[in-house]
Amino acid sequence: MDQRNGLGDGVTTSVLAAPEPVQAAQGAIQSNAWLIIAIPLLGAAVLLLAGRRANGWGHLLGCATVIASFGYALALFSSVGGSEQAARSLHLFSWIPVNSLQVDFGLRIDPLSLVFVLLITGVGSLIHIYSIGYMAHDQQGRTGRGNTERRRFFGYLNLFVAAMLILVLGNSFVTLYLGWEGVGLASYLLIGFWQQRPSAAGAATKAFVMNRVGDVGLALAIFLLFARLGTTQYAEVFARADELSSGTVLAIALLLLLGACGKSGQVPLQAWLPDAMEGPTPVSALIHAATMVTAGVYLIARANPLYSMTEVGQLVVAIVGAVTLLVGCVIGCAYDDIKKVLAYSTVSQIGYMMLAVGLGPAGYALGIMHLLTHGFFKAGLFLGAGSVMHGMRDEVDMRKFGGLYRYMPITFATFGLGYLALIGFPFLSGYYSKEAIIGAAFAEPGWRGWVLGGAAVLGAGLTAFYMTRLMLMTFFGERRWRNRTTSEGEEFHPHESPAVMTGPMIVLAVGSVAAGFLLTSGERLVHFLSPALGELQEGHTVLPHSVIPVLTLGLSAVGVLVAWLVVGRRRVPDTAPQRVSPVVRAARADLYGNALNRAVAVRPTVGLADGLARFDRAGVDGTVNGVASTLGALSGVLRRWQTGFVRSYAMSMLVGGVLLVAALLSVGTP
Amino acid sequence: MLDPYIPLVLMFALAFGFAAFSVAIAPLVGPRRYNKAKLDAYECGIEPSPQPVGGGGRMPVAYYLTAMMFILFDIEMVFLFPYAVSADALGLYGVVAVILFILTFGFADLYVWRRGGFDWD
Amino acid sequence: MGVVARTGVPDRHSEVLAQQSTDMPPIAYAAVAPVLIVLVAACLGVLVEAFVPRRQRWAVQVALSLLTVVCAGAALIRHAREINTGGTTFADTVAVGPATLFLWGTLLALALGAILLIADRSIEPGGAFVAETNAASGGTASRHPADAPGAASAEVMDRASASVVGMRTEVFPLVLFSLGGMMVFCAANDLLTMFVALEVLSLPLYLLCGLARRRRLLSQEAAVKYFLLGAFASAFFLYGLALLYGYAGSVKFSDIADATAGSLRSDTLLFAGLGLVVMGLLFKGSVGPFHLWTPDVYHGAPTAVTGFMAACTKVAAFGGLLRLLHVAFRASSWEWHWVLWSVAVLSMVIGVVSGLTQRDLKRMIAYSSIAHAGFLMVGAITLTERGLSATLFYLLAYGFTTLAVFGTIGLVRTSEGEATHLSDWAGLAKRSPVVATVFTFLLLALAGIPATSGFMGKFAVFSAAFSAGMGPLVVIALLASALAAFIYLRVIVLMFFNDPAPDGPTVSVPGAFTTAAITLGVVVTLLLGLVPMLALDWASVGGFVS
Repeated sequence: MDQRNGLGDGVTTSVLAAPEPVQAAQGAIQSNAWLIIAIPLLGAAVLLLAGRRANGWGHLLGCATVIASFGYALALFSSVGGSEQAARSLHLFSWIPVNSLQVDFGLRIDPLSLVFVLLITGVGSLIHIYSIGYMAHDQQGRTGRGNTERRRFFGYLNLFVAAMLILVLGNSFVTLYLGWEGVGLASYLLIGFWQQRPSAAGAATKAFVMNRVGDVGLALAIFLLFARLGTTQYAEVFARADELSSGTVLAIALLLLLGACGKSGQVPLQAWLPDAMEGPTPVSALIHAATMVTAGVYLIARANPLYSMTEVGQLVVAIVGAVTLLVGCVIGCAYDDIKKVLAYSTVSQIGYMMLAVGLGPAGYALGIMHLLTHGFFKAGLFLGAGSVMHGMRDEVDMRKFGGLYRYMPITFATFGLGYLALIGFPFLSGYYSKEAIIGAAFAEPGWRGWVLGGAAVLGAGLTAFYMTRLMLMTFFGERRWRNRTTSEGEEFHPHESPAVMTGPMIVLAVGSVAAGFLLTSGERLVHFLSPALGELQEGHTVLPHSVIPVLTLGLSAVGVLVAWLVVGRRRVPDTAPQRVSPVVRAARADLYGNALNRAVAVRPTVGLADGLARFDRAGVDGTVNGVASTLGALSGVLRRWQTGFVRSYAMSMLVGGVLLVAALLSVGTP
Repeated sequence: MLDPYIPLVLMFALAFGFAAFSVAIAPLVGPRRYNKAKLDAYECGIEPSPQPVGGGGRMPVAYYLTAMMFILFDIEMVFLFPYAVSADALGLYGVVAVILFILTFGFADLYVWRRGGFDWD
Repeated sequence: MGVVARTGVPDRHSEVLAQQSTDMPPIAYAAVAPVLIVLVAACLGVLVEAFVPRRQRWAVQVALSLLTVVCAGAALIRHAREINTGGTTFADTVAVGPATLFLWGTLLALALGAILLIADRSIEPGGAFVAETNAASGGTASRHPADAPGAASAEVMDRASASVVGMRTEVFPLVLFSLGGMMVFCAANDLLTMFVALEVLSLPLYLLCGLARRRRLLSQEAAVKYFLLGAFASAFFLYGLALLYGYAGSVKFSDIADATAGSLRSDTLLFAGLGLVVMGLLFKGSVGPFHLWTPDVYHGAPTAVTGFMAACTKVAAFGGLLRLLHVAFRASSWEWHWVLWSVAVLSMVIGVVSGLTQRDLKRMIAYSSIAHAGFLMVGAITLTERGLSATLFYLLAYGFTTLAVFGTIGLVRTSEGEATHLSDWAGLAKRSPVVATVFTFLLLALAGIPATSGFMGKFAVFSAAFSAGMGPLVVIALLASALAAFIYLRVIVLMFFNDPAPDGPTVSVPGAFTTAAITLGVVVTLLLGLVPMLALDWASVGGFVS
C-alpha cells in the first residue's frame, strides 16, 4: 500500500501552519489514519480465525483493539483540531482502476468524519467493556461453549466497528457503500447471535432484507452519480454538483434517502429495528441505538451539498423525519417490552435527526449534535436496560418489574440521568440538542414551520409520556416480581451488576449530562463542523423565540404528569389490558407498520413477515423462512415448466428460438 | 459452362438405371425355390443368437459399438480418399496434416484396442 | 473434387490447388501454444488410458492433467507479456487478442480447480466416477436398467457401482478435450471454427455427466437430456450459420461485420441467422428461456463435473457470445439490443423466482447460475470497453466462487452419497462450523455483498451498463440481485439458526485436492473482492481482435 497525502481533495497536509517537527508528527498521525480501521479489523480476524486458543483472552483483545482505535482517534483529533483546513484526503490504494472507472480507496478526514470516529470508537470502547460482564454468564450459550460464544461475539463486534469506521471515513460513495454493507452484515450476524431462538433468526433475516431494499436505492444513486459525473469521490462530486440537472439531483437525493431510511429505520422501512432487539443488549446499544442506525443521518449530512440544491428533496427528508418521530413515539407508548420501547424511542429520535438534516443548512449541524447526544444517552439507556435484564434473569416485560431502584441503585441513577436527558430536562444534553431542532423546525417558512415544528413539539410531549411510563413501571411502584417466577420456574433476585458493567454506564451517564452543554457552549460543535456542513443559518421562527422552549417544556411536563396519573398512581395490571381504545390497539400493532410493509413493500418484493412463514413450513420442516406467496405462486408456475421431460424442454427451446428470431426480425426488418 | 458436369450427370443416370434395372428384373426372371435356409435372416452362416428386434429380442449393445467404430473408420476414409487423389498437389503440408489426422484417429483406435473394443466373441 | 480431377482437366485443377494450398499457413505457435498444449495432452491422456496399467493410471493422469494446465498457463503468461494487440493465425480461423487471453487464463485457472475436485478420491472412496456397473454383483438388474427402472433396481445399481473399485480415469482426458474446445471457442474467428469448437467442448461434457458413482439413473438421465438438447441447440446454431453465410457470403466474423455495416443485403437472413446462432450460445450459457436443461443436469451430474460445467462452460459460452457481439454484430446492435435486453431480464427473473423455492441445493445453485447468466447478459450487451472488461471480470469472479460452492456441496454426505436436500443442511454450523462459514462466505459472494468478488463483478458490470445508458435494465438487475440475496440467505439461516436433524449427514474431511480447490476458490473470491485491480487491470488491457 502506498500512502500519499492529499490526493484528490486539493488540500494537502503540507499547508499545516505548525512548526516543522510538530508538523512531521502530525503528518505521521494523519497519514497513518488507516490504522484506526485496521486495528479492529485485525482484531476481528484474529478472534474469528484463531479458534479455541483465543477463548481465554479473546474478549480482552476485542476491547483492546477498539480502545487503541479510540486513542488513535483522539490523537488524530488533537492533531487536526484548530487548524483551518477543510478536509484531508488520504489516498491508500487504487481500488478499481479501470480506464474510465476509477475508484480509489481513500480516507477523508474532516470534522464530520472525525466526530463520528470519536463517537464510534468512544461509545464502542465503553460497550465492549460492558460486554465482558454482560456476556460472562450468557445463559443462552450452553455451558462449555460460553467462552467460544463470547469470543465470536467480540469478533463480530470488532468487525462491526471496522466496517462502521470505513463507512464514515471513506472518501467516496463507493467506500461508503462498502462500509454500509459491512455494517449490515455485522448487524445481521449479531442480531442472530443467539441462534437458538427462531425469533432471532427471523429478525436477523428481516433486518438484512429490509436493508437490502434500501441498499438498492443507495446503489442506484451511486450509479447515477457515476453515469453523470464519472466519479463518486465526495470532493469531486460536490465540486461539480452544479453540472447536474435539477431532476438528477432530486433523483439522487430521493434514492439516497431510500438508502438512509433502510439503514436508519425510518418510515416506511422502520419495522426491522424493533425486531432487531432480539440481539444481545450491548449490540442494541452500540449498533441499533448509537452508531449504525445513525448512518442514514450521516449519509444525508455528508451529501449536504446535493441536498442544498433541491428544496423538494430536503422537504421529503424533513417530512419523513417528522412522520417517523411521531410514529415512533406513538408505538413506544404501547409496548411493555423494555427494549422494544427503547427501540421505538430510537426510531423516533432518529426521526428528529432526519427532520434536522432535512431543514437544510439550518439543521445539518443540529442533526449531528442530536446524534451525538443521543449516542450517549440512548447507549446509556440500553446498557441500563441490559443491566436490569441481567439482574432479572433476562426478563424484558416491564409489567413484571417494579420498585427496582432499591436493588440496583447505580443502574437506577444512570438510567434516570439518561431518561432525563432524553425527555429534554433543562440543561441536560437532550435539552440542548432537541430544543435546537424544534426551534429550527419552527423557523421554516409558512405552513412548513407550523407542521414540522408542531410535530416536533408533540413528539417531545409523547416522549416524556412513554419514557416516564417506562421509568415508573421499572423502578418505582409495587415490586410485582415478588410472587412471580420466570418461565423456567426460578424466582427473581434482582441485584446490581458488576463494576465492569456499571463503569461504562456511569461514564455514559456523565456524558448524557454534560455533552449538551459542552458541545453547545460557544457553539463549539457547530463551528467545528462548519467546514464540512457549512455555517449554521438562523431563520425567523413562526413563533417568538422565547415561546418555543416554554411550549416544549410545558408539553413534556404534561407528558410526565399524564404518565404519573396513568401508571404511577394506579396498580399496574399483570397482563396488558385487552379492552383498550383503537388507538392503543393500533399502536400495539406497530401502527400496522408490519402489515403495511407486508402489503406495500414486503409482499411484492421480499415477503418475509411472520404470517408468510407457513408457506415454507410445509416444505423444509418449518425451518426455512417464509417466501412471499405471490413469488411462491409464480415460482410454482415456473416449476411446472420444469417438467423433467426432454420433449417439453425441446419444445420450449423451439418456442423460445422462434420468439427470439421473430423479435429480431420484427425489430430488424422494416 | 456446364460442360465438365455433363459426363458426371450421365454417369449418375447410368448407375441409377442399372441399379433399378437389376432390382426390377431379378424377381421376374429368377427361379423361385424357397426352403428353411432361404427364409433365415442370413442365408449363410449360423443363426444369430440374441434374436434381433423383430424376432422378439433386443439388439446387444455391442452392435452399437461396432457400428460406431465403423462410422469412425468410414469418416477417416472419407477424408483420406480426397487427400490421396491430390496428394502431389498438396505437398509437404498435406502430408503433415494427414499424418496428424491419422495419428489423432490412431490414439482412439489404440485406446479401443487396448480396452478390448475389438474382442468380438 | 476427386471426380473432376479424374474425368477431365487434371493439369489446370492441380495448378489451382497447388496455388491455393501448398503454402503452409503461418502459425503463431507462441500465441496458440496454450491450446495446443491442452489438446496434445488430451491425446496423451488417451494413450495413457490405453497403455498404463490400471493401478497407476490415476496418478499418471492427475499428474499429466495438472502439469498440462500449469504449462499452458505458463505459455499463456509468457505470450501475454509480449503482445500488445494480438492477431489472427491458422489462416485467420483463430484470433488471439488481449480479451481472448484473459478468457484463456480464466478457463485454465478454473480448470485447475475443477481437475483438483475431480481428482479427489478421499471423499468418495475410489473417486466419484464409474462408467458401468460391475456385472457380477449387479446381476440382471444392472444389465437391463430400462426393463425395471424402479427404486429396487436403482438401489441395486447404486450398490453395485459403489462397490466398483477405482475410478474411471478417462475423465481426465475428457476434461482436457473439453477445455481445449472451450479455449478454441473463445478464440474462434469464424462461425465454422466456432461450431467445431462448440462440439469439441460439448461432447466430452455429455459423457462426463453420466459417470456418477451414486444415483446412476439421475446421472444417466442428465447425460441423455443434456446430449439431446445440446444436439438440438447445435442444430439451431448450424442453421443460423448457414443463413449468415447466405447473408454475408462468408463465415468470417470480420466479413460479417463488413456486410452488416453496408445495408444493401437481406436483413431477414441476417437477423434470422443471428437469432439462431445466438440461441445456440445462450443455450450453452444457460440463459433463460433456454435454461431448462440446467437444473436437471446440474442436479444429476457428479458434483465435481457440475462445478466444471458451471464455471468453465459459462466462461466459454459468454466468451464466445462476447466475441460474436463485439466483433461481428457491433454494427447491427441497435436492432438486437432490445431483444437481448429482454432475454437478460427474463433470465434474471426466471433464475431468481425459481430459485426462491428450491429444496435441493444443487438445483438452487443451478437457478442461481441462470440468474447470474442474466447479470452477465447485462454486461454482454454493453458494447463498450468498460462493459467488456467488467463482464470478463465477472466471469472470472463468478467462476471461482461457483467452483468452490460445488466443491463444498460435495463434502456433506450421508451413507447414500451427497446430501443435497436443503433439510440435510439444517444446523450444519453446529456440526462443522468451518464448512458452514466457508459456504456462507461463498453464498454472500454470489449474493454480491461487498468485500467479495461478487460485489466487485456486479458493481463493475452494472456501472458500465448504467454509463452506457441502460438505466432501466440496471434497476431491474439491482432489484433482481436484491431478491436473489434471499435465496442464499435461506441457506445461511438454515445452516446457522436451525437445529441439526438427528440422523443428518456427516461432513467429510476433504482430502488435499478438494481442500486445495476450495481454498483456491475462497481465496480468489476474497482477494478479488478486496483488490479487484489484480484482475481488472488485466481484463481491461484491450478488446477482441479479428
